[in-house]
Amino acid sequence: MSAQANPLVGHGGRARRRKLTGQVMEAVATSAALLAAAVLAIVLFTLTKRALPALNVDLFTQNAAPFGQTGGGIKNAIVGTVIITGIATAIALPAGVLLAIFNTEFAPRRLADLIGLTLNVLSGVPTIVIGVFIFGLVVVGRGQSAYAGALGLSIVMLPLVARATEEVLRLVPSHLREGGMALGATRARTVITVILPTAIGGIVTATILAVARAAGETAPLLFTTSIFVGTTVNTDPSQAMASIPMVIFTSSEQPDPHAQQQAWAAALVLVVIVLAGSIAGRLLSLRTRRQIEQVR
Amino acid sequence: MSTVSEPDRVEKAEVSQAESTTDAVQHQAQAKLGELAAKHTPVPEDQREPVLRLDGVTVSYSGAPAVCDVTMDVFRYQVTAFIGPSGCGKTTLLRSLNRMNDLITGATVDGSITYHGHDLYGSSVDAVEVRRRIGMVFQRPNPFPKSIYDNVAFGLRLHGMKDGLDERIESALHKAALWDEVKDRLKKSALALSGGQQQRLCIARALAIEPEIVLMDEPASALDPIATQRIEDLVNDLKRDYTIVIVTHNMQQAARVADMTAFFSVDVKDGGHRNGVLVEYAPTADLFIRPADPRTEAYVTGRFG
Repeated sequence: MSAQANPLVGHGGRARRRKLTGQVMEAVATSAALLAAAVLAIVLFTLTKRALPALNVDLFTQNAAPFGQTGGGIKNAIVGTVIITGIATAIALPAGVLLAIFNTEFAPRRLADLIGLTLNVLSGVPTIVIGVFIFGLVVVGRGQSAYAGALGLSIVMLPLVARATEEVLRLVPSHLREGGMALGATRARTVITVILPTAIGGIVTATILAVARAAGETAPLLFTTSIFVGTTVNTDPSQAMASIPMVIFTSSEQPDPHAQQQAWAAALVLVVIVLAGSIAGRLLSLRTRRQIEQVR
Repeated sequence: MSTVSEPDRVEKAEVSQAESTTDAVQHQAQAKLGELAAKHTPVPEDQREPVLRLDGVTVSYSGAPAVCDVTMDVFRYQVTAFIGPSGCGKTTLLRSLNRMNDLITGATVDGSITYHGHDLYGSSVDAVEVRRRIGMVFQRPNPFPKSIYDNVAFGLRLHGMKDGLDERIESALHKAALWDEVKDRLKKSALALSGGQQQRLCIARALAIEPEIVLMDEPASALDPIATQRIEDLVNDLKRDYTIVIVTHNMQQAARVADMTAFFSVDVKDGGHRNGVLVEYAPTADLFIRPADPRTEAYVTGRFG
């Protein structure tokens, strides 16, 4: 080392080791991130490649082919998924939002923590268990129906909606609550006229993400709305209804190569719906956060 | 205002000449405060009309008293300032005057606070009615993310004061000295206003529902000097029609706006528990020129320890 050695440049074994450790850790972390992105890319690529042969207008405009015949589309399944998730949303959205309001605005601390824990556990319950639960509760004795399927999906959605809504409600600064109350508004009135309008974007986001998740759930439908779904569009929710996840599940098991291709195509449609929902949700959520940031 | 910290004081004791200079500066500051305060003409003692009477009021959080045993009256059409160091409980006490402390779990108020002789904390009293008659303006402007118009209309709609809504809103904005600045953009978002304008909007919002008393919790502490002056001018105008209680940590501000001033201090009990106490309550000029309590004198001359 010369006398003019730059004191700001590290020398010796310690410095070298420090530098090496830093580089290795950075590389490991980067590759982990790339791996996650790669998995998504591979899934999308495979799906698209396998689905391409069956991806045509018929897929969206034709109903399922009658048993034993080839061809047809998944129109009835798309309609079914829309109706089932629609009903599920109609159940889970008000319940989830009210639960979140109760938890953030009214519940005493301990109760709020307990409910939060319950919601976390609920969101961790395997969906097949939810399917069996609804099967025992509703399907046995009454038979399968889109209602039963929707009820199952709503249980999947409830904790997602409630937790995400809670998160936005907590973001709404407390000085807005005080402002409302100082003018003589009751707690409930303040929630309705000040808090909810401020948080509405976040609630919409939460709902979109939950819908995207529920649309892809298979297990709750397996027990509740999977057989005798017919091959035409059914809009009566008291009957079993076809759905995209069920089409993927049943068609992929058939020996007919066309049916298998159709399963891939249905899978692609489902992934695109879920992906579009997630991206829309994320964008909306950024916007809401910026808006709330403005009030803080 | 020169707040002198502990080590500084030790040093000054050693250098006596420096101390006498500091003393002179301090007394100048005190004289200046007195001069400012003397511009007010508080109502003579025999003509004061108490609106709020506090008797042995102690506010506690989860059993630990934050401010203890306060007995004082708030007089009609007067500006009453609460001053004192941080942690002396002045904001806590202010919030108990319109039951905003109800929102904090574990907060309790002992002693009695009466409004025209009615117990504020009586069992049949509706906190909503209390807050309609005793409005509040907060430290940081907190307009709702709505239009300027809807912000002022909020309380009016809430209390069913919908006849002549537009006139009421215009009048409230006039009273808050904001009308000329916003009359062409009433439907625009309140969040686009400057901080000072937002605070005056919050004052307009509070005035719209025709309260008798307006509580202000350091209303200018988040504002620049010009916006601060506008708020102070406004307070001086408003006392013609309203009774105002204002918390401030700025003594000049108290001297400029308040007719009556209450000085709070922190009491350290055995075991280290700290709680606020009311030290002295007097017409502002008296409090600054002839403080009766040595603690008040130490504070107003800047020798606060």
